[in-house]
Amino acid sequence: MATRDKSGRPVVVVTGMGVVTSLGIGKTENWANLTAGKSGIRTIKRFPTDGLKTKVAGAIDFVTPETPSSPARCERFAEIAIEEAISESGLGGKGSFPGPLFLAVAPIELEWPQREALARASGANDAVSYDDLIRAAGSGRFRDFHERFVFGSVGHHLADTFGTQGSPISLSTACASGASAIQLGLEAIRRGDTDAALCVATDSSVSPESLIRFSLLSALSTSNEPAGEAVKPFAKNRDGFVMAEGAGALVLESYDAAKARGARILGVVEGCGELADSFHRTRSSPDGKPIVGCIRNAIADAGLAPEDIDYINAHGTGTPENDKMEGMCATTVFGERVKSIPISSNKSMIGHTLSAAGAVEAVISLMTLEHQRIPPTINYKVPDPSIPLDVVPNTARDAKVTHVLSNSFGFGGQNVSLIMAREPA
Amino acid sequence: MAEQRREVWITGIGIVSCLGEGPEAHWHKLNEAKPSADTQTFAPCVVHPIVAIDFDKQIPKKGDQRQMEPWQRIGTYAAGLALESAGAKGNAELAGRMDMIIAAGGGERDVGVDSAVLSGLPKAADRDSFLNERLMSDLRPTLFLAQLSNLLAGNISIVHGVTGSSRTFMGEESAGVDAVRIALARIQAGQSDITLVGGAHNGERKDLLMLYESGGYLLKDEFRPVWERAPRGGGFALASLGAFLVLESREHALSRGASPVARLSAVLADSSKRRPGDVTGTLERLWSKLAGASPIDESHAAVISGATGAEPATSEERKFLAAHPGLPVRATGTHIGHGLEPQFSMNIALAAVAAKHGKLFAPADRSGVEREMSGSLRQAVVTGVGHWRGEGLALVEAVD
Repeated sequence: MATRDKSGRPVVVVTGMGVVTSLGIGKTENWANLTAGKSGIRTIKRFPTDGLKTKVAGAIDFVTPETPSSPARCERFAEIAIEEAISESGLGGKGSFPGPLFLAVAPIELEWPQREALARASGANDAVSYDDLIRAAGSGRFRDFHERFVFGSVGHHLADTFGTQGSPISLSTACASGASAIQLGLEAIRRGDTDAALCVATDSSVSPESLIRFSLLSALSTSNEPAGEAVKPFAKNRDGFVMAEGAGALVLESYDAAKARGARILGVVEGCGELADSFHRTRSSPDGKPIVGCIRNAIADAGLAPEDIDYINAHGTGTPENDKMEGMCATTVFGERVKSIPISSNKSMIGHTLSAAGAVEAVISLMTLEHQRIPPTINYKVPDPSIPLDVVPNTARDAKVTHVLSNSFGFGGQNVSLIMAREPA
Repeated sequence: MAEQRREVWITGIGIVSCLGEGPEAHWHKLNEAKPSADTQTFAPCVVHPIVAIDFDKQIPKKGDQRQMEPWQRIGTYAAGLALESAGAKGNAELAGRMDMIIAAGGGERDVGVDSAVLSGLPKAADRDSFLNERLMSDLRPTLFLAQLSNLLAGNISIVHGVTGSSRTFMGEESAGVDAVRIALARIQAGQSDITLVGGAHNGERKDLLMLYESGGYLLKDEFRPVWERAPRGGGFALASLGAFLVLESREHALSRGASPVARLSAVLADSSKRRPGDVTGTLERLWSKLAGASPIDESHAAVISGATGAEPATSEERKFLAAHPGLPVRATGTHIGHGLEPQFSMNIALAAVAAKHGKLFAPADRSGVEREMSGSLRQAVVTGVGHWRGEGLALVEAVD
């Protein structure tokens, strides 16, 4: 008899995971550094930061694609995470995966080095116009720009490399993208469309223009010294997030399919909730209703009650606004008990991997369940009395963890929450 | 364990393009069969500019309009039209639980800033410092929000209150196919009751023309219908357009007294590697699946082709169509140009309008692909073949 959840849908489990972040490559290295409370944030070396207010990031410079660009890095990080995930799951063969790809990826556009190459090729001497660039683009010498910088580039390349089935879906829900990728996989398996899905999220946005874009929105920390102390989630002196790079990959399978092939079950994706916010392009509704509704939707989708949640993997970006809202909304959902629920921010160590964060943090949430140990919120030196939560300050902690809530919120009113648990007994 | 899949209706259509605004304006222009395009403004590139739009009608706050770049304004406007046509506009309770899947690229760059930076870079003493300094001082802080892919969805949430869920798919034409495919699958399976799906595109953009020109995909110099471009190497004419559908389970539509424009019976997609013959083969395989599940009555069916004009994809699609000679074909790209992400939603909308009228619109092609259709129209198969990647088919059917 098919294994079903409380709503009669197939139970969806995780059988393989991979991760690359500023803390290193792979689950083992990341887990060791996360539980040691180490920071992956460094002074930016990739480009000069003269004149910029923020000079730190969780950039990944220990992996470099042949022709560096944001999509090329996104693709390489994703490949590393997928290889680890598929290898762990043992599903499929080389270059063949028996399910679709759901990829959260940073938006893509031509970058300055390409524009400069076109400008040089145009022969325009003084004022360079887009007409000059278009003329140079038509020379046929820049054909590779098209394939590299269309939005589908990374997704189609990964689908080719790993042999996923059907049309690969590339998606963006801003900083909730990683969770949305998992949600799409979860829904596809629940529908019975597939027995397996490859859910991946990747981001490589540490470039001058991206940094400046976030900086102009006053979203970034300017605590440049020491770099490792820049992200201060839930602390009173928090002053913004720190951009970071990385990728997370999860192999999702129906529980029955995984059991039938004798796969090791790493955890269960019990539920997912979503609710968009119509208040403002970058700010949450002050009453917190969309975030509260999102978390409640996730708990209900998992067939649980708020009492069942015993750890929260926070969105916890370290911006004044996010952490205040997240704390307030958790208090609304969990009531007085919120003070006894550990809530910690992986971003305090990794930085904010933007499109990748939801998947990276899902991988870490599942490792938290496996090891029954909670990674800390580091750089928590000045408590914020308006957020009276147990943020697992500065040091990892052993704890009984049965159901994890992982939150992801993004610009554009995007809210997604996931609920994960260990294998059903 | 084949569970009963729910029937899905198209209950709202919001479309705007160079042909005008709304289903009837499009129907009228398609039947006129006098396609044209702008060959001057972006010469040598051929572009289909959008009609003049009174944005106030769907985006009442000027402050909201100011926060958007044209692609977002077009999309938010078209989404409003779709909600209005579905009888869902201003219904906060319904919008609050309505799902949304958007197919989007990104917003345009500030062409003035880019040109000034590129002009200054070769003369700068220090390239990197110059770039940092110019961008820090010249980029508008809010421009980023007008460029982010998911901010069309964000604007629709703000302006129209659609907040049940919000997902944005990226990836040119296939994002558009997948958005409708997933929206349909979710409703069929009971994961959603009602979904707003679609997208918008601004083709009057030099930064985009630059990208597609680098790949050699653009139609240049002279306008010709889609099927007549291959002898000169092919190419698509970039379009500005917005296209949204309200998809809804039959029960949900009936319960709120909404009537169908047409039924959306199937959406299938795949992604071939584009070796020679791949597009033809993939379309044929998808066709077998489609026709296997829903028999096609060729005397009352037609193909609404999303052929872009880009080669070799368009010639390969033509081969596939030639293998089904019983079906009359219309390529809407001839009339409206190519808007990438929202193109598939647009073509489903146009197919639904034709099915609602019970007849096909006039041919507009001298190459022999498009011919008159004498019988009534009950079924329309919509194709969506990406200029670089992605193949899709949909089946739209008249509702009795």
